[in-house]
Parts: sequence; C-alpha cells; structure tokens
Amino acid sequence: MDFAAILSAAVTGAIGPVAAAYALAAIGLNIHFGYTGLLNFGQVAFMLVGAYGVAISVSVFGLSLWLGVLVGVLCAIVLALLLGAPTLRLRSDYLAIATIAAGEILRLFYRSSYAEPLTGGVFGLQRFANEFYELNPFPAGEYGIGSITFSNRDLWVMVLGWGLVALATVFVYLLIHSPWGRVIRSIREDENAARSLGKNVYVYKLQSLILGGVIGSFGGMVMVINTQSANPDSFDPVVTFFVYTLLVLGGAGRIAGPLLGAVVFWFVVVFFDALLRQAIAAGYISSDIIGAPQAGAVRFALVGLGLLLLMVFRPQGILGRKEEMVLNGR
Amino acid sequence: MVDESTATLSNVAAEPGASKPDPILAADGVRRSFGGLNAVDVDHLELQRGAITALIGPNGAGKTTLFNVLTGFDRPSAGNWSFAGTELRGMAAHRVARLGMVRTFQLTKALARLTVLENLQLAATNQRGEGMFASLVRPLWRGQENRYRELADELLARFRLDHLREAHAGTLSGGQRKLLELARALMTRPRMLMLDEPMAGVNPALAQSLLEHITSLRDEGMTVCFVEHDMDMVMTTSDWVVCLAEGSVIAEGPPRAIGANPAVIDAYLGKHHDEPSSPEQPS
Amino acid sequence: MDSGRSGSRRLAIRLLLLLAIGLLSAILPATSAAAQDSEQNTESVGGTIRGPDTEPIPDIQVMVTKNGAPIGEDTTDAEGTWEIPLPEPGSYDVAIDPDSLPDSAVPREQGGERLTDVQITPGQQRIVIFPLVNPNEQSDGDEQQGSTPTPQQTGPSFGQRFADALLSGIEYGSVIAICAVGLSLIFGTTKLINFAHGELVTIGAMVAFFLNAAAAGPGIQLIFAAILAVVAGALLGGLLERGLWRPLRHRGTGRINLFIISIGLSLLLRHVILIIHGSRPGSYTDYNIQEQLEFGPFSAAPRDLSILAIALLTLVGVATMLQRTRIGTAIRAVSDDRDLAETSGIDVSRVVLTVWILGGGLAALGGVLFGLAEVVAWDMGFKLLLLMFAAIILGGLGSAYGAMVGSFAVGIVAHLSTLWFPVELQNAWALLVLIVVLLVRPQGILGRKERVG
Repeated sequence: MDFAAILSAAVTGAIGPVAAAYALAAIGLNIHFGYTGLLNFGQVAFMLVGAYGVAISVSVFGLSLWLGVLVGVLCAIVLALLLGAPTLRLRSDYLAIATIAAGEILRLFYRSSYAEPLTGGVFGLQRFANEFYELNPFPAGEYGIGSITFSNRDLWVMVLGWGLVALATVFVYLLIHSPWGRVIRSIREDENAARSLGKNVYVYKLQSLILGGVIGSFGGMVMVINTQSANPDSFDPVVTFFVYTLLVLGGAGRIAGPLLGAVVFWFVVVFFDALLRQAIAAGYISSDIIGAPQAGAVRFALVGLGLLLLMVFRPQGILGRKEEMVLNGR
Repeated sequence: MVDESTATLSNVAAEPGASKPDPILAADGVRRSFGGLNAVDVDHLELQRGAITALIGPNGAGKTTLFNVLTGFDRPSAGNWSFAGTELRGMAAHRVARLGMVRTFQLTKALARLTVLENLQLAATNQRGEGMFASLVRPLWRGQENRYRELADELLARFRLDHLREAHAGTLSGGQRKLLELARALMTRPRMLMLDEPMAGVNPALAQSLLEHITSLRDEGMTVCFVEHDMDMVMTTSDWVVCLAEGSVIAEGPPRAIGANPAVIDAYLGKHHDEPSSPEQPS
Repeated sequence: MDSGRSGSRRLAIRLLLLLAIGLLSAILPATSAAAQDSEQNTESVGGTIRGPDTEPIPDIQVMVTKNGAPIGEDTTDAEGTWEIPLPEPGSYDVAIDPDSLPDSAVPREQGGERLTDVQITPGQQRIVIFPLVNPNEQSDGDEQQGSTPTPQQTGPSFGQRFADALLSGIEYGSVIAICAVGLSLIFGTTKLINFAHGELVTIGAMVAFFLNAAAAGPGIQLIFAAILAVVAGALLGGLLERGLWRPLRHRGTGRINLFIISIGLSLLLRHVILIIHGSRPGSYTDYNIQEQLEFGPFSAAPRDLSILAIALLTLVGVATMLQRTRIGTAIRAVSDDRDLAETSGIDVSRVVLTVWILGGGLAALGGVLFGLAEVVAWDMGFKLLLLMFAAIILGGLGSAYGAMVGSFAVGIVAHLSTLWFPVELQNAWALLVLIVVLLVRPQGILGRKERVG
C-alpha cells in the first residue's frame, strides 16, 4: 500500500474546498448549537437555499452571480424566520424536529419534477459560477508542495472558501465577545433566567438562527461553486450530521472549533477512505466482504461510530474544557 | 422612611384583600387553573411600596404559581393586575422585568458556564452592545461596559463574592448561588424584588447575611416580596405577611397578628405539611 | 395593549408562513420566461458528465439524434463537459455510448444512457444530465424516480381514486403508528428522542427479508419470518437499553448529548445495513401478486387488508395494555412524572426496559408490514422516521394515543396529496403538515398546553 499517497490524499481533503464549505456550515451551527443552545438539525436546509439561490438566479433568471449570492442570503433569512417564528417559543425538541423536517421538505420539493423548470429537478443546475472562475488570478497549472497539489481552479475556490471561513470566524469572535454574545450564552444556560433579567429571549434566538443560517448558506454556496453543479441530493440530512460531528469534534462553543473540526474531520474521513480503497485494491480486504462500491457506505458508518464515541467519551471535543461539560446540566 | 412604611401599614386592617395606602402592586381576580384545579384564585391583593411582604402558606398553596403569573412567566386563566400603575396582563416576562419587577427562582438559575462577573454584567439594563449590529462596533459600547463592570464589582464586594469574580457560576455552592442571584437581580436596578424562597438550602451564616441584605435594601427604599417557609425569618424580617392556602388569600396582616390568626394555624396544622396532592403538580 | 400587539405579531407570522407556502406552490410550476428571452443564441444541448464519485469523466461519446437521424456528436473534455449545437428547436434524443463509460460507472437506471424526447425551446441551450452510479447501485428504472403525476384525463373517476388514496393513507398511517407508538413511549419514559428508531424498523424488515427471501437465507414462510423478526427487534431494543442507554444515563450524560449519540447510532446502523444488504431494494416472496377485492367504493388486495388488520389489532392491543395492565399503568405513571413514579415504588428501570423491548418489537413489526406494502430497502426506516416525528408532534409530544392519531393524519395526508401532486412529494406534504401544526397548535392535536416556570 502506498501510504504517502493516502496521506497526501488526506491532507488534500483536509484543506480542500469541501472542508472549507463544511467549516462555514459548522461556524453557523456553532452560533446555533454551541452558543445559543438551539437544536438546529436542518443546517443543510440553509446550505440548500444558499446554493440554489445562486444557481437559480444565474441559470434560470440569468442574473449575475453576485446578485445570486444576495438572493441566497435572503433565502436563508426567510427560511430562518419561517422556521424560527413558530418554534422558538416552544421546547427545544420542537425546533430539532421542525428543522430536520424542513430540510427534507425543501430537498423533496427542489428535486421534484414539479419544480424542474426552476431547480432542474433531480438533474439539478450546472455551470452557474463562470463569473467567479473568470476572475481567477492564478495562471493555469498545478500548485502545491510535493504530492499535495491543487489546480489553479481549486486554489481559487480555496481562496474563496477559506477566506470566507476566516471572515466568519472573526465575525463570530466579535459577536460572542460582546454584550450580545453574553445574552446569547445566557440563553444557552437558562433562558428563563435571561428572561427574568429583561432580555427578549425570543428575538435573540431568532437573530441567532438567522446569523447562523446565513453563514451556513455561504457554506452551501461554496459547495456548489466548487462543483459548478447544484443537485438536491447532495443536500441530504446526513450533511447536517456530518456538520454536527465535526463541530463536536472541534469543540462546540469554541471560536476555532468549527475550523479545527472541519480540517481534522476531513483528514480522518479521506484517510480512512483512501486506506480502505487501497486495501481493497491490494486484496487485503476480500471484495466479497467490502467491495469498492461499499467503501462509500463504510465512510458514513465510520462517521456515525465516530460521532457516537465522541459524544460518549469526549463530548467537549478537541478544544473544549472538561470542567465546562460537567457544568452543562442539560 | 422605614418607620413611615411600617407606620402606614399599622393602620391597615388585617383582613384578606385589605387595601394599602400606597400599593405598588395590585391584583384583581387572578386565577390560574390546571385541569379544573385552581392553583391560584386571588380575589384582591395589594402590596405596599417600600415594605417587605412575606408570602406564606402550606406546600401547594400556589405561592410559586402566583409569582409566575405576576411576573409574566405563566399565563393566568383570568384576572388583572398592575405594577406601579401599568397593567401587566398579557405582558411578556422580559417586559415585566424591564418595568422593574424582577424575580428570582426557587431553584436558583445560576448561568453555569458564565463567570460570576458575567452573570452580573448580563443583568445590566439598556446595554448598547446587546444589539446585534452594535455589538460588532466595540467603541459604541466600551464605555458603558466599563461603567457596568465597576458597578458589578461593587455589588460583588457588597455580597462578598468578589473572590469568585472569575469563577464559573456553576462551581458555586447553593448559598453562594442564592447570593449571586440576588446580586444579579439588583444589577437590573429593580423597583421591586420578588424572591422565591431566598433562604432555601442556605447555611445559617449565609442566611443571616442574606437577611441583612434584604432588610438594608428595604431601608434604601426597595419593595420586596418573598416566599418563605422559615417562620422565624418571616417574623423577624417582614413588615406584612400574606398567607395563601389552596390558591386563595386566607389571611394577611402584620407578622405578629398573623402568627395568632386561627385561619393560618388551621391551614398549617389542619393539613399535613407535606401533602403530596399539590395542585402545582398537575397529574 | 401589549397582548394585542403580540397577538397581531403572531397573526403576522402565520400570514407570512401561509404566504410563503402559497408562493412556493405558485412559483414551482411557473416556467422561466425570463431565461428564454435572455438568450438569443442558437439552440444547443450540453452538460457535464460526472462519475458516482462526482469527479468529471472525460472521453465519453455523446450523440444527438432526431427520429433516428444523427444530428451531431461530441466527446467530453477533461472537465467532463460536452456541447452539441442543434439546427432548430424541437424534440431530440440524446444518448451516451455505454461502451465509452469506465467500468466503475453505469447509468442510474437501466436504459438511462438514452434520454428520449428532450424538448428544446427556441433559443434554449439545454443542459441534460446522465446520472451515473456504481454498477451494483443501478435500479431497474421503474421505481419512483422522477415519477410524474398520474394523468388525470382517463382512468377511474375522482371518487374512486379518492377512496383508493384514503384507504392507502389509512394503511400507511397504521404502519407509521405502529412504529411511532414505541418512539413516543420511549420519549415519554426517558425523554430521549431516539433518532435510531428508524433503523429498528429497517432491521425488523431486513431480518424477515433474510429469513424469507434472501438467497443465503432459509426461505421461511413470511408469517413465521415476521414473528422471528419481531422477537429479534424486541431483543435489540432491550439490548440497546441495557448495553447503551442505561449506562449512559447512569453516567449522567445530558439529554441533548443522548439525542446526538442516537444520531450517530442511526448513521452507523443504517450504513452497516447498506454494506450488508446493498442498495438494491428487495421484496418478500409471499403475497406479492394478488387479485383486488372490491368493497363498495374501495378496492384493495387481501395483502393490504391484512396489513391494515394486523396494524389496527396491534394498536388496540397496545392501547389495552397501557390502559388495563399493571405494567401499562406503570408506563403511563413514569411518562407523567418520573420522580413521582419512582417515589411511589415503581421500578422505573424495569419499566424503561419494557418500553424499549416493546418499542423494538413494534418497530420490527412495522418494518415487516412496510416492507410488505412497499419494498425492503436500507433507508426505509429513516424515511419513515421523519414521518414518525411528524406524527408524534402532531399528536402531542409524549402521548402514545396522540402518536396514533398523528400517524393516521400523516399517512392520510401523504396519500391524499397524490390526488393533486406528484407521488414523489407525498412525504413532503406530510412533513409540511407538521410545520403548519407547530404554527397553529404547537401542543399537538391531543396535547396539553405546557406550563412554564
């Protein structure tokens, strides 16, 4: 087996555009789950409306890509209002179930033949980010160190993705280290206490849902700009669980948690993927047990197992403090 | 001023629903029922401004439910009440608190993963940095934040919590949490404090200092209403006592008179103190 | 004054939502006139071909024909893209050469290498897609994929179709109810939202499938296979409680952490099933082809009637048990107030174990019935899970009877929606009902208003 190849694949995965997209989604979720204590299990819905906001604006209505980004952000705000307005007054369980249901509703509607004129149905929409790629300042060619290389195209997407991640991280840092952030964290601890001190908890939760949702929608945009293809089935509920896994891995409620989580998560996932495929190709694992097609399923199973073990044995993640988990009475 | 408020109360008839010379809170026909049971059914109740009123009654008398209703944490089935001239019915809890009627909870709600200092800073009112957009521009709120931090430090020193300033509130003992909650409530600069069992689970030494804090607050002109089981504390601290049983006010009066009131003795002794069939736990 | 304001705000929120739903349904069928006007170039067809790993595939031959006559062809470049100019608007056939595909990719459906009757409007540069999957994931092409609404002009009358849809809705609802009752009881007694409940359903269906229809299995008659599956489901439920949830509760793991752990468990189990079973759906060997029986306006196969009867009997059985037996009373007591139940001498951990065994068995039964009504697939339980959640919230969180009522509502809405909307959207409508209910009556149909403080 070629461990150098496996390792370079893993590093490429850890710093590639996909990891950046997931990091953005996780930064949004961190505002919801990590700081406000909102159980949003439909982060993928925000990614979807962001992605399709861009794709539909450009492919169907012929608008400019940048206007499409604005449309995507507006869609995320509307979605947050629609989801939050009825559920944020209720127990946290309701938001969890309403958000995951909303994610599925949107995916099903977007992929239906009914919506095909607008969304392209199961086929999705393609090639809507040309405007972005035309701005690519990197001359054609491969860039990188040793066997870790990216095309000029990938590099440009990475600049966008990680640039947005950096911006969002600074933004969240400023928010959280302010009186606004203090109110948000107090809601996570005990919303009735916050209420008894005159804070309008409902409005703060709604603001948190909107902010995190908008950041999540940027994650969706980076995802589809990277592939130049928006397909409803890439916005499966499992995406949300991946985002949760990497957020918990990095440390929920820590500024750098989503960033570190995304890098480590994709490193580990791609590493095991590559390892497994090589092992199958080299005949170490009989293809009767796990053939190449099942390798994808193994990835999901391992992520599931990882999430389970993480929550059982180290729920505070890499960056979290153990003592804070003990204080977490929920 | 102290003498004034107690003196004015001495002319008030010791009977349920008695009107006070200067009520800050007045409730009429407030009822809260759970599945047919009336947890609270108060015909009329007034609380005197600047006095300490104790709310007593056997378990399940509806004291906490009345607290919840008055402070906007629960919706009544019927009734109206006003605080300092403002009708409160239907008002959300946070707006009631902003009017100056601030409560604490029977089970303390220390914000565990915030530091003690942050707990207090949070409570300050009208913070410019609490706006979503303003929070991003530090110069807009830095000055105010510093002033509030000084205020918080003063309160922490007054409640002898200053050595715990940077500790997570979740690491505090039960008594310290009660103190923190009281200090936090004061940080909002309330006009009236509603304390739900402020002494429960507090060791005697701390209890004594809590008591002193409460009376000195009254001396500074604050109105206080508290729920308490400890009759010693009720007798020594309060200016006026209201006794609730099965949701209704069955007696009120100055502490000494209430101790001898047959209806109160009945309510406490005629029923078992720990009767489990409390209407506060709807089946 | 303040209550008036918050009331009108709530009203505004509701209006906003209704408006949004209206917009959604109004926008979707509208074709985009804007796009057609914006391009004045000549017509063409093109696209990007990507493998199952979403990587673009170069060197694939694409051909366009019209009535059998070749119009043009192209080969995908390094980025997987191709484009073929067309002489005029109209209907074309587009096909890829299967021989030019790499071995690792096949069309998602059999015959999917050819798209017939691709409509090109004037000035349109249409993008078409050839979805590719791994060879063992190919489906026969006759499943729900991209199905369109049944044409309404011919066939049975509306009343007939309504009766059929209602009956299937009740059947669907009864299956959801069997699964949801267990989920609701588990929530009631432990406050755990068990996200892995869908996998208990799938495992039940899979055990029966292995015993009944799998090539490597013993080929037992379905009824016996189903009984064994229910036993296996009950054991699995009990095992999960004893081996996972109880130890975690004793460690003091928080409710939300437990919920996330159940998500991890769900991902793990679901994909282990996928690895073992593969993505191809299966059917049981018994009761497949049956004559329809007619009852007035209703017609149904005996299989569907049996499913309905078994489900209803089970539900009545569960209700009787909850109402009449000691353990049933204990379950209700624990659901009402765990601490109070504990102090009054109820062995709470035994009650919880019973609930898990019951929930596991019911889920397995639901899985077998669902597999019989439709197909046995690796993600069948997960698809059902969201509907179970919808049902439970609809009926009022934590109430077993509410879950039953909610399930029937969900099932009926799902099937009645097919009278007007595409089948592929039936679950989406059922979930949308959930959101609407949250808006109008958050405590659910049978739920009580909650108390704060």
